[in-house]
Amino acid sequence: MTAYQTILPEQVTTWFRAGHTHQFPAGAGATVKYGNRQIAVFYFHRNRRWYACQNLCPHKLENVLGRGLIGEQDGIPKVACPLHKRTFSLETGENLNGDCPPVAVYPVRVEGEDVYIGFAD
Amino acid sequence: MQRIVVIGNGMVGHKFCDLFARHPRRGDFRLTVFGEERRPAYDRVHLSAYFADRDADKLALATRAWYADRDIELRTGELVTELDPERRILRTHLGHEMTYDYLVLATGSVPFVPPVPGKDKSGVFVYRTIEDLDAILDYAARLRQLPGARATVMGGGLLGLEAARATLDMGLATDVVEFAPRLMPRQLDEGGAASLRTTLEGLGLKIHLSRSTTAIGGNGCITHLDFADGTQLETDLLIISAGIRPRDELARKSGIAVGPRGGIVADRHMRTSAPDVFVIGEAALYRDMIYGLVAPGYEMARVALSTLMRDADPACMPESIDLSTKLKLIGTDVASFGDCLPQPGTARSIVYRDEAGGVYKRINVSPDGRRLLGGILVGDAADYNRLHQIYRNQLALPPQPQDLILGSRGSGGGDAGAGISELPEAAVICSCENITKGQLCGHLEAEQAHSVKDLIACTGAGTGCGGCKPILSDLVEQHLKARGKVVRHLLCEHFPHTRQELRDLIVLRQLRTYDEALDELGRGHGCEVCRPALAGIFATVYAETANPQAVIQDTNDRFLANIQRNGTYSVVPRVPAGEITPDKLIAIGAVAKKFGLYTKITGGQRIDLFGARLDQLPPIWEELIAAGFESGHAYGKSLRTVKSCVGSTWCRYGMDESVSFAIEIEERYKGLRSPHKLKGGVSGCIRECAEARGKDFGLIAVEEGYNLYVCGNGGARPKHAVLLAGPIDRRTAVRYLDRFLMFYLRTAGPLVRTAKWLETMEGGIDYLRSVVMDDVLGIAAELETEMQGLVNGYRCEWKEVIEDPEMRARFRPFVNTDDTEELEFVPLRDQQMPKPW
Repeated sequence: MTAYQTILPEQVTTWFRAGHTHQFPAGAGATVKYGNRQIAVFYFHRNRRWYACQNLCPHKLENVLGRGLIGEQDGIPKVACPLHKRTFSLETGENLNGDCPPVAVYPVRVEGEDVYIGFAD
Repeated sequence: MQRIVVIGNGMVGHKFCDLFARHPRRGDFRLTVFGEERRPAYDRVHLSAYFADRDADKLALATRAWYADRDIELRTGELVTELDPERRILRTHLGHEMTYDYLVLATGSVPFVPPVPGKDKSGVFVYRTIEDLDAILDYAARLRQLPGARATVMGGGLLGLEAARATLDMGLATDVVEFAPRLMPRQLDEGGAASLRTTLEGLGLKIHLSRSTTAIGGNGCITHLDFADGTQLETDLLIISAGIRPRDELARKSGIAVGPRGGIVADRHMRTSAPDVFVIGEAALYRDMIYGLVAPGYEMARVALSTLMRDADPACMPESIDLSTKLKLIGTDVASFGDCLPQPGTARSIVYRDEAGGVYKRINVSPDGRRLLGGILVGDAADYNRLHQIYRNQLALPPQPQDLILGSRGSGGGDAGAGISELPEAAVICSCENITKGQLCGHLEAEQAHSVKDLIACTGAGTGCGGCKPILSDLVEQHLKARGKVVRHLLCEHFPHTRQELRDLIVLRQLRTYDEALDELGRGHGCEVCRPALAGIFATVYAETANPQAVIQDTNDRFLANIQRNGTYSVVPRVPAGEITPDKLIAIGAVAKKFGLYTKITGGQRIDLFGARLDQLPPIWEELIAAGFESGHAYGKSLRTVKSCVGSTWCRYGMDESVSFAIEIEERYKGLRSPHKLKGGVSGCIRECAEARGKDFGLIAVEEGYNLYVCGNGGARPKHAVLLAGPIDRRTAVRYLDRFLMFYLRTAGPLVRTAKWLETMEGGIDYLRSVVMDDVLGIAAELETEMQGLVNGYRCEWKEVIEDPEMRARFRPFVNTDDTEELEFVPLRDQQMPKPW
């Protein structure tokens, strides 16, 4: 868990190229690897917004969030863990329906057809 | 700043802290809490839950951080041993001293252990703290190696029966010994206790009544009990649950008044005889009684705080304390309220008894038949909330008071909310948090709350025992109805429709995709509720598999396999009706061996292959399909299996070839997506080896054909299927099944299984029969045509994936590398399993 820390856009030192836009499904998530870390990337195609968070669900510590259903709750974009349906805000990382610790979220930038995730290391 | 000290960090002591932290004048005080146990406060009401997983955190009422955040000093593992009320000073076993301005004694109680010789032998326990439970578990684990080990619980009260369930669950043969001539003597009358006894004996408990234990025998360890009547009972473990004694020794030593039989004397404001010293919870003697229930204890905490804080209108204890309780005992419900055991001549009793069903209900009505005085419910306590509210608020009774327990004799409850509107504003709905109907309605009317969830968040109602949640839900429905809003179970915030309305709209407007539906009928971006619900509708309207719109499928459907504990998947190929050739068995074995999968036979007569990585799914399917298999849809809200017995093919009792018929039916409905999972069964005779009546639909062969049963299920809320039609021939059975299933697919809410669907259907099974058999809606032909369309449209969705490279890309674990997931397994009986959480 300590490997994952939320990064704000102003903290980014490395923009890591995660892939080509068409490699990411519209309206769902996919997973990328950054060193030993697994990052889930989500594309909300209806408003063309991208989000990224740790793939590790803090509830049972399994690498599964990238396979969860996405959606929104009161305007907050979220992902639901496929194992026990804990939902996490993709803006702040907080657990929206329980008292799990938050997930780390990362900024995403799209340039042309390339998707980049921001890290501070 | 003044200092408050609370002695005792049990449930009531914690409640005091919780209320204190929320009090507007809390800033004028410092609060220190002493707890004798090592852990911060935990939930003793649900203590027996600890036996299931030994997870003490689940019982915790608060963490140390909770206290720290509220600036309350919590000192656990520290016992207060001396108290000087004159100098307002106390001293702990560590020698620390502290002065106070106000003191709250929340010292609780200890289990009463009768003075029987031998009570110190090893294997004798009480049932109060997590440490007690740990000791019992450790001892029972050692006993299990002893063949025929037995446990005994002394005391047939509520706590004793919970303890008995626990030892039974530990695999120990269990006896219950009660001194009184009946179980739960304080809550139940003879009839109720007898009914409870029959149910418990059916579960394997041995009950011994009117037994007085004179000695606990054994040489070092307990081996038996001696009774006053000269008999003996062999046992290897004893749990004593013979009542409680208040912890009043500290008060007694320091000259605070205690009752002749123990308990610290309290007045209506929970003040003791010493100035500014209060007592709350099980240590308090109020109106000559000790109260072992949590609700009165919470009330005491509220009253003591209000008095101590000098609230403008300080609360005081009611004249009489409501001792009503509803309990979930071993496999049955027990409730009692008000005056459950009235003196003869003071009440008229109405009793309903169903010996076969283990149900006993009694209500006590005033001699003039106008008021409800109390009652007892055993086996079925569904009426408890309603009756309890009628009793507490002294509502007028119907002209025939027996309707209260025999009422709603038509089908399905439905009138649960009827009593709510009659409740006065002052009626306490949540007794744990002391929240009235008026307060709840206030939030609804001020539009601060629109749902049960909101009410809980606004008021804290329902956060204690949770028993009032059904009433909260009734209040919300009533409120909406009263405002002319039709109460509909809307899908979610993105679609203001019920599932049935959405389905009709999608058909009417010929909408083909989730995005189109969201554009035309919904708003926003959707969520994990509406996406799979609409996926299910598209599947039942257009025979669409889970592949074209994979991103809206529930997670298992998206990957066409069942996600398991460590994020790997399990794979279940279809084995129609459980019939399989040796070659196919070998093929499954070969695949499992090749991919290192754990194999297990499922409950649905198939074989489950566990531990497949995401990227391994398509190659596994490829091999299975080559061997003649297809998807078993074990991951979907869809038809799973049609279980069969071997029928007249081999069985000497069989009335028909149930296997052939089961295969025909499974082949017909395979892949059928539905509001919830669907299971079927076909039995060759009434011995019912296929357990068809435990399924959503079941066929049982009889002399003249088949009987068709519908709407049963196993699982958490088992329900037997009910007879829809029969005896009928196979062709008619399939036609009725087509109509029944299609009607369910059309009208049920999302994730509503057939049993629940029937339960809430107006008119119940009679209505369903009239739709399916008599075609009162005139849609039978339409239903059959629609079903035939879905049957014709079937495709194996595994096959779709392996034939399409684009779909296969979905199963790549990482976008930017060909690495596979790294997973840890541990060995298990010649196979492997994920490492434990």
